[in-house]
Amino acid sequence: MGRTAVEKIFSAHCGKEISAGEIAIVSLDFVAGGDTKTPQAIKLFGEAGLSFNLEPGRAALIIDHFVPCPHEKAANGHVAMRRFAREHGLKFYEAGEGVEHQLLAEGGHVLPGSLIAVGDSHAPTCGALNALGLAVSSSELAAIFATGRLWYKVPQATRVEVKGKLPPGVYAKDVILYLCGRLHGGYYEAIEFSGEALLDLSIDDRFTLCNMVADLGAQTAIMPWDARLDAWLKERGLGAGRPVDGDADAVYSQVRQEDVSSLEPLLAFPHAIHNVHPVREARGVKVNQAYIGGCSNGRLEDLRLAAGFLKGRRVAAGVRLFISPASREIYRRAAAEGIISVLLEAGAVILPPSCGPCVGLTQQGIPGDGEVVLSTANRNFRGRLGNKNALIYLASPATVAASALTGEITDPREII
Amino acid sequence: MLIRGRAHRFGDDIDTDAIIPARYLNTSDPAELARHCMEDADPQFTSKIHPGDIIVAGKNFGCGSSREHAPIAIKAAGLSAVIAHSFARIFYRNAINIGLPILESPEAAARIQDGDEVLVEVEEGVIRNLTRGETYDIIPFPPFMQELMTAGGLMSYVARKVGKNV
Repeated sequence: MGRTAVEKIFSAHCGKEISAGEIAIVSLDFVAGGDTKTPQAIKLFGEAGLSFNLEPGRAALIIDHFVPCPHEKAANGHVAMRRFAREHGLKFYEAGEGVEHQLLAEGGHVLPGSLIAVGDSHAPTCGALNALGLAVSSSELAAIFATGRLWYKVPQATRVEVKGKLPPGVYAKDVILYLCGRLHGGYYEAIEFSGEALLDLSIDDRFTLCNMVADLGAQTAIMPWDARLDAWLKERGLGAGRPVDGDADAVYSQVRQEDVSSLEPLLAFPHAIHNVHPVREARGVKVNQAYIGGCSNGRLEDLRLAAGFLKGRRVAAGVRLFISPASREIYRRAAAEGIISVLLEAGAVILPPSCGPCVGLTQQGIPGDGEVVLSTANRNFRGRLGNKNALIYLASPATVAASALTGEITDPREII
Repeated sequence: MLIRGRAHRFGDDIDTDAIIPARYLNTSDPAELARHCMEDADPQFTSKIHPGDIIVAGKNFGCGSSREHAPIAIKAAGLSAVIAHSFARIFYRNAINIGLPILESPEAAARIQDGDEVLVEVEEGVIRNLTRGETYDIIPFPPFMQELMTAGGLMSYVARKVGKNV
């Protein structure tokens, strides 16, 4: 019987053939902790009297949420992280280097076929590189520091075959919003993407798709290996890994064919990610705060796309537009290409590479009562940005940029 | 393992922001988290509950941001278990790992009403609704998870079994 890509990766990491539904203890290739989960992990690790048992090169700590640090509590967490990384020889990414999901990819810590534990719910982002990212908690991080292993129930997989060509003005973000609206409910499952439409998608687009599988409600996601991924890895001098693909006769909980050729620009309306509607249904809603960035859409192509709309124009009065590149490398490339100047001249505020105003706990960009936020972030729960009386809509960088120009929610196809 | 308490019902898609709002995440003190348990879903919740009470919810309980603070807040508030139609995967792991019993049963989630007296026999795999005289079957926890929860959660389990002074 054939096996899903997910079953293959789990099997390769526990030394025996295992299938969906089985619980096994798996060995991880790499573990990463950000600054929301790691301080607590370090505390638990110390309290339990554990010893550190990971070889160098198998772990990294990353400061990405609290940048620059907004309060004493987080600052002391950062102090603990720096000390722990130094004591045990972990790779350390200082504040301002970027968001962990991007740094893991750029740093070569995620390669095809690898199994990665990340102390953040957007771990499925790893799937863009034909790998599996598992979101883990503080205590799981601590346990992994001690053992390099994790108990896991191998998830069933849903195979999503993406077909067709994206129409102008419609992007990867719209595809994943569409899927969030349709597939909401794949709670215990992994999503295995396939289909010809993926060949047209850049690796940046694939990061966006896999990233928001977390918000769709599934456990993790994986994209196929292809020449485009191989080229992306080679261009950065990274390893080739061990590519995996699901067998044609593997058992999937469902196989869905999704045609994207007639999609239009979409929005997740407040206050749920699966509350998805065409942009035109919110036409004219005044925008107070706009955001492009983070682990879902802070990549070079996203910034380039936004700059395409903003070049030579000004953000509308009454709108504050915040942009944060997902990493220093992306920031550097965007500056070299002139994208940053375009954004600045249009009136955008460039934030350091970090999680920024995507989550209220960073204490950046908290909206006022009744204010409307239009964002490329991945979550719009009530209170997500630190004020439960604000309204958060999610959209592609194109929709956000177009709307920032007009001051109201706008279909990007009207601006081109 | 027996769990007994009065049911408090919630709907579908109760996310971790409703269980413990992000504005309280600058603490990891269980007592402080307990004070704000379910605050954004029901502001009066903590004044209604008694030790041992049980949360009964619909689909996808614990969705959203992965935060261990969420099951910690529930456990520290004195609740003994969560019964739901289904759980978001990360919450499921977090709850097991901190030793909070969680039980998946679409039938129990649909039938149990607010205020019903509920008895869970974990090893036998049965939920008994004492108010209505009904029983609902559940899949018993695998022995591994029972051991982990009996140990009080992942950390004490790892410290006991594998991780200590290796």
